[in-house]
Amino acid sequence: MTKVEIRIELKKGVADPEGRNTQKTLESLGFTGISKVSTVKLFEIDMDMPAEQAKGVAEDMCRKLLANPVIQNYKISVS
Amino acid sequence: MKPEDVKVCVIRIEGTNCEDEMAGAFEMVGAKAEKVHLKQLLGQAPADMRRSLEDYDILAFPGGFSAGDYVRAGAIFAARIKAGIGSDLKRFIEEGKPVLGVCNGFQILVELGLLPAMEGTMSEVPTAALYNNDSGRFECRPTVLRNDNRGKCIFTSGIKSKQMLSIPSAHAEGKLMSMDPDFVQKLEDNDQIVFRYVCPDGSDAVYPWNPNGSPSDIAGICNPAGNVLGMMPHPERVMTRYTHADWTRNPGPAEGDGYRIFSSVIESLTRN
Repeated sequence: MTKVEIRIELKKGVADPEGRNTQKTLESLGFTGISKVSTVKLFEIDMDMPAEQAKGVAEDMCRKLLANPVIQNYKISVS
Repeated sequence: MKPEDVKVCVIRIEGTNCEDEMAGAFEMVGAKAEKVHLKQLLGQAPADMRRSLEDYDILAFPGGFSAGDYVRAGAIFAARIKAGIGSDLKRFIEEGKPVLGVCNGFQILVELGLLPAMEGTMSEVPTAALYNNDSGRFECRPTVLRNDNRGKCIFTSGIKSKQMLSIPSAHAEGKLMSMDPDFVQKLEDNDQIVFRYVCPDGSDAVYPWNPNGSPSDIAGICNPAGNVLGMMPHPERVMTRYTHADWTRNPGPAEGDGYRIFSSVIESLTRN
């Protein structure tokens, strides 16, 4: 079995209100020295196929559903 | 065709919650509206409940949420449609039949690649996104829209150019985004901008009158053919003046500001 991790990140320049809000709240709790908080989404998908094939399928999944190329980048890692 | 012969499919899945108002709005302008679950169109229903998209004259995507809005708002509904009835829907639009998406419905149309669809009817991957409001919050209040369409959109054919309409907004992801730096200009050139948010005095909108930070205050766009409209605010919620927030202070016609959007499309279909 192949374990695929798909990390969906916001593209550079796309505002991250959730991250910004979280940073503000952390700072209000007294945490200092935070320069940035970013939110990412992680999908873990178990696939019954060899790693190389799973990577290709994961690419297709990102294109068809998991990422919107206008606002998001994706990174796929296979183990 | 008479108004009562116009059959409207108000499509829903789990999480859709504005289908009653949407169907009611079409009924108020004389059409025959039916709330149809996607499964009924996919053949995953008892025989007497199965429906076919081609039997309808208008398709409406109501607001609310869909499938928990997991992944992204509207993404799962869009993917299910694409996989199940994608080619039927493409044909429906190419035949010139009107499609309306409100709020989550607009998000679904964008995720489906049906809007802005500057090249072809439906793009393979989305070419725009409706992303989190600049405020980072769910924004829910009356907004003022101006009809900026120059005549292409079938849903505003009975609304005067530059007319202002008070229509409520209620969304968390309504900021229209694209990777193309000339996106707004291209929409403008193609006459695809239908509604812009404005301040009540008609001047350019500032927050909160533009609730989401959309560039050029865009609230609704249509496809290049003009038969697919997506908009964030909810016209189906203001079919009579009594559901406008300030109705006791502003006596006016019985008709609410959303009425004309629905009557325009029915009038265009029944004119011939």
